[in-house]
Amino acid sequence: MTTLFNARNLRLSLGDKLILDDVSLDLLAGQILTLIGPNGAGKTSLVRIILGLLKPDAGNVVFPRPIRIGYMPQKLHIDTTLPLSVSGFLALADRNPEHCRNALARVEIPHLLERPVTALSGGETQRVLLARALLRKPELLVLDEPVQGVDINGQEALYRLISLIRGETGCGILMVSHDLHLVMAATDQVICLNRHVCCHGTPEAVSASPAYTELFGVRTALYTHRHDHQHDLHGGVEHCGGRHD
Amino acid sequence: MTDFLLLALLAGLGVALVSGPLGAFVVWRRMAYFGDTLAHSALLGIAAGLWLSIAPGLAVILICLLIALGLLALQRQHTLATDTLLGILSHSSLALGIIAMYLIPGARVDLEALLFGDLLAVTPLETLGIWVAAGVVLALIYRLWTPMLAITVHEELARVEGINVGWVKAALMLTLALVIAIAMKVVGVLLITALLVIPAATARRFASSPSSMAMLGSVAGALAVCLGVAASWWWDTPMGPSIVLGAGLLFAASLLRRQRA
Repeated sequence: MTTLFNARNLRLSLGDKLILDDVSLDLLAGQILTLIGPNGAGKTSLVRIILGLLKPDAGNVVFPRPIRIGYMPQKLHIDTTLPLSVSGFLALADRNPEHCRNALARVEIPHLLERPVTALSGGETQRVLLARALLRKPELLVLDEPVQGVDINGQEALYRLISLIRGETGCGILMVSHDLHLVMAATDQVICLNRHVCCHGTPEAVSASPAYTELFGVRTALYTHRHDHQHDLHGGVEHCGGRHD
Repeated sequence: MTDFLLLALLAGLGVALVSGPLGAFVVWRRMAYFGDTLAHSALLGIAAGLWLSIAPGLAVILICLLIALGLLALQRQHTLATDTLLGILSHSSLALGIIAMYLIPGARVDLEALLFGDLLAVTPLETLGIWVAAGVVLALIYRLWTPMLAITVHEELARVEGINVGWVKAALMLTLALVIAIAMKVVGVLLITALLVIPAATARRFASSPSSMAMLGSVAGALAVCLGVAASWWWDTPMGPSIVLGAGLLFAASLLRRQRA
């Protein structure tokens, strides 16, 4: 399998705060890699560096060959003064209405084509963002917290969709999540990040590793009820002395 | 109708035409205060033009771009909020502009005309200049419509999709500086932002897409110019403020209609 990118020894600080410390990772074509970690662990910064939106203080990201990247940002904030429909939003990436309709059908919301973007629910917004990323026919899909603002059933459906899309297109996927249990079924590799790479491997290996337990707390590792997870996660962070904001 | 009135109407309509699309961007990007700052600095531009004997329009554009660059540099310091920085730049440049006017030896400057516009004194050449500048602005916005809209909707997404965000923003600044240079004559530096923001806000209530909002904004702007010129003719009111008040009344009337999503 070909490598989509190699990130080597990335280091980043903002002011005197160290965000990323010597982080390296690779992504192969067709592979799903999930970054997990507590709030403030540097997940989004790492993604932004890989996308070229942020320059690291040290280290680099190498793309062996130029690839098309589809990006699904964490959220979409559109001012209500902007009367923009879903079709108008998608047209910003591809002016062909046929392509836009197909992309929207692929994410299973074809009926929302003429809906104003500001009238979408959390789950619908995430799917529209995914459709826009797909319009680029990406070889690498970067998803920053793709299930944010989506209810539990919707989260599972969205992860299932993401893994279907990987199967159909063969694109590599880099995904940010803060819930390992939800993404377990949908990911090949996991990197547990807390400013540095704490541990990495298959989801099973990571959830069994001591570094993961130390970061998220032992109860979280065994716990499957997700509503309490968020709460535990914060407790776990404070327990291991990490800063978060 | 007399010639000077027709000329005033023509010049006003030229500015109204661009106030729709550019005003829409000012509203969407929440640049109203920024526009105000650039407009205030235009007075400094006029003074600089007189000092250095260069064309006032050109001097205004240059000073506006300088102030925009100055703001970018100050924003990088991350020490003060942008609206505070704008407040500093806006009012110090306005004050400096007024003082510079008084200090220019032998210059007889009609400060009121600069602050509130002097549409009745517009010359045929100036009217032509307004339409040429308006044409350039419209062409730029038409050409860059999709990238301009894309960076307004989500800047980072646009960047990942290959849009050169820096250049598109620079183009937006340039169009804003151009419009300020031509709108000065019509409504004066203190009221320029009104002509950008109010017609766009009025259009929002009727628009179902970004492009229809831009076009309806031009229509609202043109109506405001007609109202202002007519009021000024019938009741002898100052023309610039009459145009702005006309825009305000149109907006008030638009409130009667429910906003489209």
